[in-house]
Amino acid sequence: MNRLVRLFRTSIGSKLVVAASGTLLLGFLFVHAGGNLLILKGPDALNGYADWMQGHPLLWGFRLGLLALFAVHVLTAIRLARANRAARPTPYRRIARLGARLPGRLMVFSGLLLLAFLIFHLLHLTVRAVGPEVQPLLDGAGRVDVYGMIVASFSEPLTAAVYLLAMGLLGLHLVHAIEGLFQTLGFNHESYQGLIRLLAPALTLLLVSGFAAIPLLVISGALGGG
Amino acid sequence: MDFTLHIWRQHGAAEAGRFVTYPVRGISPDLSFLEMLDVLNEELVGRGEAPIAFDHDCREGICGSCAMVINGDPHGPLPGTTTCQLYMRHFANGAEITVEPWRARAFPVLRDLIVDRAALDRVIQAGGYVSVNTGAAPDAHALTVSKQAADAAFEAAACIGCGACVAACPNGSAMLFTAAKVVQLAMLPQGRPERARRVIGMVEAMDDAGFGNCTNHYACAEACPKQIPARFIARLNREFLNAALTSREFVELARPHEHEE
Ligand code: HEM
Ligand code: SF4
Ligand code: FES
Repeated sequence: MNRLVRLFRTSIGSKLVVAASGTLLLGFLFVHAGGNLLILKGPDALNGYADWMQGHPLLWGFRLGLLALFAVHVLTAIRLARANRAARPTPYRRIARLGARLPGRLMVFSGLLLLAFLIFHLLHLTVRAVGPEVQPLLDGAGRVDVYGMIVASFSEPLTAAVYLLAMGLLGLHLVHAIEGLFQTLGFNHESYQGLIRLLAPALTLLLVSGFAAIPLLVISGALGGG
Repeated sequence: MDFTLHIWRQHGAAEAGRFVTYPVRGISPDLSFLEMLDVLNEELVGRGEAPIAFDHDCREGICGSCAMVINGDPHGPLPGTTTCQLYMRHFANGAEITVEPWRARAFPVLRDLIVDRAALDRVIQAGGYVSVNTGAAPDAHALTVSKQAADAAFEAAACIGCGACVAACPNGSAMLFTAAKVVQLAMLPQGRPERARRVIGMVEAMDDAGFGNCTNHYACAEACPKQIPARFIARLNREFLNAALTSREFVELARPHEHEE
């Protein structure tokens, strides 16, 4: 039997698939957040970056890759979660200390809500099928005015609230995911246990605040106000 | 001391079970939890009722058979303690105590609090041993083991195979048990020749027994009466990935029969 086929049929192999795809998605999210923060340098920087990306020959390859990562991550995670549910057919009457592991127990919940948000997000800012009509669509240099679109969108309190809520969910997912991925990939060890425990909330906070900063700055009027 | 017990009663594997409430009175605080159940059983037998069936053997915390979930905690609320080493003074007078069997698909209930833990034996049979030559005792110096390796192996060897890790895990996963058994032997030179086939066989046997998959909650390590640390699971993952990606055994040795229940 092929090595990889046999590996991915085991519990540890499947967990490896979730962890590896999750880690790559995490890497994407950091790049994405970094790109978004170009908004702080003004319309020219953000619109130029978006324009460069739109014209990139690898754009579709990258998008398909991301789609595949999401599909693999979600489908494998759901397959494992179903097997886990089946492994305890009779529930306990009492379970002690349930609350202490809440983010971990909500992984499927937070993950599926993130997926729903992702679809909304793509419809909103990529396909632009929902959200405000932005006029004019192009900036002075003839590029899509992403800056104007973002400011207009987040000026609507409801849209900003949806994005902020989603970032809360992302934090809920990642605080457990980042700690877990070191364990799943086999890195957890006495020597860096403390570091990992610190790294998970720190990286989560960094990423979530990077994303959430933009709607917050727009609402507060610090961005796009003038 | 007085207590109100809610205990799971189930006559046989195929029968439906339910909780039955038993008041117990005048219990000495220095009785162990099992001795308290013995007192209750004497009373039940005296009334012509069937005693509560529970597993026990050594009653000194080393055999791993006294499996029961007490108020939601496998082996009760005291960390690093088996049920047989738990004393009634650890409970408040008048407390309500719920007692349930281990709940896992891989551990079917046989009667009352007794479950069939043979699934753990199947994991051991799939590789949790070393093959040695019999005959004259080997020279004590023939194999050198570093203090560090011996300590790590000993920490893992403390596992008594009780299954509390499975009972505590929200996914009914046996990863902590399997990790302890794999790591113990992987640390020692005697375990080296069978290292790859051991971890492959034990992980696949664990999967086939119907245990769930670890999602890194570490409820297992909290419940473990021998306080086996959860980082041994990372080491198990490492051992397994190493064997899966590089060993010839993973390609050449067939996977044993799946789902042999
Ligand atoms: C927004 C992008 C996402 C990122 C960056 C991400 C990242 C991660 C990471 C790094 C892990 C850790 C793997 C491990 O512990 O071994 C993980 C686990 C998991 N993810 Fe995601 N994920 C994302 C979206 C989703 C979605 C949409 C779902 C939908 C169901 C999902 C469901 C899960 C589940 C169930 C787990 C396993 C939980 C566990 O092992 O405790 N994730 N994710
Ligand atoms: S790891 Fe701990 S809880 Fe699990 S079987 Fe061994 S001693 Fe029991
Ligand atoms: S009866 Fe042996 S460990 Fe409790």
